[in-house]
Amino acid sequence: MKKCWHRRHITEAIVKSFMLLSFGLVAGSLGLILWAIISRGLPSLSWEMISQPPQGGFYMGGGGGILNAILGSLYMAGAGTLIALILGLPIALYLETYLGDSAWGQYVRLALDVLWGIPSIVYGVFGFTLMLALGMRASMLGGIIVLTLLELPIMTRAMDEVIRMMPQDLEQAALALGSTRLEVALRVVTRQMLPGIITAILLAFGRGIGDAASVLFTAGYTDRMPNSLLTPVASLPLAIFFQLSTPFPTVRERAYAAALILTVIVLAVSLGSRWISGRLSKFIVK
Amino acid sequence: MSQSSKTTTNPTKLNREGRADRPSLLARRRQDQFAGRTFFIFSLIPILLALIILIMLVVRSWPIFQAHSLWDMLMGQEWKPEEGLFGFMPFIAGTVWVTTAGLILAVPPCLLTAIYLSEYAGNRLRAFMKPLLDLLAAIPPVVYGVWGIIAVVPLLQDWLVPFAKKYLQNVPLLNSQNPTGFSILAGAIVLAVMVAPFIISVIYEVMNNIPSGLKDASLALGTTRWQTIRWVVFPQALPGIIAAIVLGASRALGETIAVLMVVGNVAQVPHSLLDTAYPLPALIANNYGDMMSVPLYDSALLSVALILLVMILIFNIGSTLVLRRFVKDWV
Repeated sequence: MKKCWHRRHITEAIVKSFMLLSFGLVAGSLGLILWAIISRGLPSLSWEMISQPPQGGFYMGGGGGILNAILGSLYMAGAGTLIALILGLPIALYLETYLGDSAWGQYVRLALDVLWGIPSIVYGVFGFTLMLALGMRASMLGGIIVLTLLELPIMTRAMDEVIRMMPQDLEQAALALGSTRLEVALRVVTRQMLPGIITAILLAFGRGIGDAASVLFTAGYTDRMPNSLLTPVASLPLAIFFQLSTPFPTVRERAYAAALILTVIVLAVSLGSRWISGRLSKFIVK
Repeated sequence: MSQSSKTTTNPTKLNREGRADRPSLLARRRQDQFAGRTFFIFSLIPILLALIILIMLVVRSWPIFQAHSLWDMLMGQEWKPEEGLFGFMPFIAGTVWVTTAGLILAVPPCLLTAIYLSEYAGNRLRAFMKPLLDLLAAIPPVVYGVWGIIAVVPLLQDWLVPFAKKYLQNVPLLNSQNPTGFSILAGAIVLAVMVAPFIISVIYEVMNNIPSGLKDASLALGTTRWQTIRWVVFPQALPGIIAAIVLGASRALGETIAVLMVVGNVAQVPHSLLDTAYPLPALIANNYGDMMSVPLYDSALLSVALILLVMILIFNIGSTLVLRRFVKDWV
């Protein structure tokens, strides 16, 4: 039987091809970005860059690397993630096991959404003003505080979302056996949702390590290795940014390599979280 | 015998009646209530933090609002802090231009991709797309900025700018004297790629929440898929789609580093897509922290942050409330 081609079938075909086109565009953009970063970053990437702090005249093409920035970023994002976890996990558990869909829970969620929406530059300005009021200078501690503030809503909201997906029966079974809400939260929810919680933690870590605008004022920048909480510390995004703003081609080339390093770290964290949560989800009740 | 000793994996101490010693119900309830109160205090943190940030910005930007009227600052064309001239117009215009252009570039492909994913794609494609969007969203802003400098700016500089100089001098949005590729269009392209994963996932979520009975009923009447989407799904999903776009706009408004790197940063009101611009976040990032000796400068920059934040909060809260009403389980 010959298919009868109406106008609507032609429209369907046209629209569908447009959809496939834009789908390819979106999928291709990741490839394009990665290809650009890798092809420009790889040639100037060297072991020296990863293993040494900057030496004299680094920003005019001198020797050395950006180990100080890599470590500074890892320290600040790591500490920020840890504090955000300590504050955020109780909030997420409280939202699910104690509050449920109550009005207060909705307000807390709205506040978290609002905080998530606040741009990192505003966190940076806020953090810097707070530090001025406390008499602090740009320091690693300042950077950690700001990254904590930045990561807290991301992590808590992501945890809240996975915890909400938990089968209700599980929680109710535990409650029916006479456990208190706290016991449900700590012994049932946390274990069952461990893969999701780890994903949320690593998501927040990735966001924290890649953010430049928030640490711009609060953590400062230095060529020394990070050694104290109260002195300025270098960070990878700012290292990229500052190296790009010099007029020297060799230094700019190194900025591309630094961008490659940051991309690799962030993508490794993202893929790693997927892998870990995949492994761990073997141990949860389906 | 050894079998039975193995099964008692938990060698709790037994009391006189042969029962395990466990905390009494009273103690456990007290623990529960104590934890509840502690958690409650924790849950105050987000609300207090949001309020403190807002209050701090208002208090610190108060001096400049007393010295100049808000309307004069918003409409002022001149930014010369040393002479006491704080005109935000070039920066507000820059932000509006970059954000609008970015969204115009991002929305059509995002909408089509989200529709394709939710209505046409099979499970394998969806399973492939989710990590892809996650990866795109995970790439840090500064890397997007580097990509803009490596790929987008040279492309515009070598191809579009000469072409526009030669043939498009009379086209309103593309005539410009700016010879470089650092332009609103470059910022918009970078921004579009950055917000795309975000907009796609929210629209996808919205489309997935349309009751499938509606679609089935329509398809059963013999419509094509596109007819169903256009006349059944789309009207239902429209408020959610608009909310998703507005949410994307609120992300785009606050984007600092990536845009700052490619947009040129010249304080002027732009007239074309190939002009340079100087968005609000870039103004803060470039100037905050130094030049504190200039009177009111610090206060002016904090008022910029306040204006930016208020714009974003309106967009953000509005769209969140719509999405909450709209998407079941939008938390």
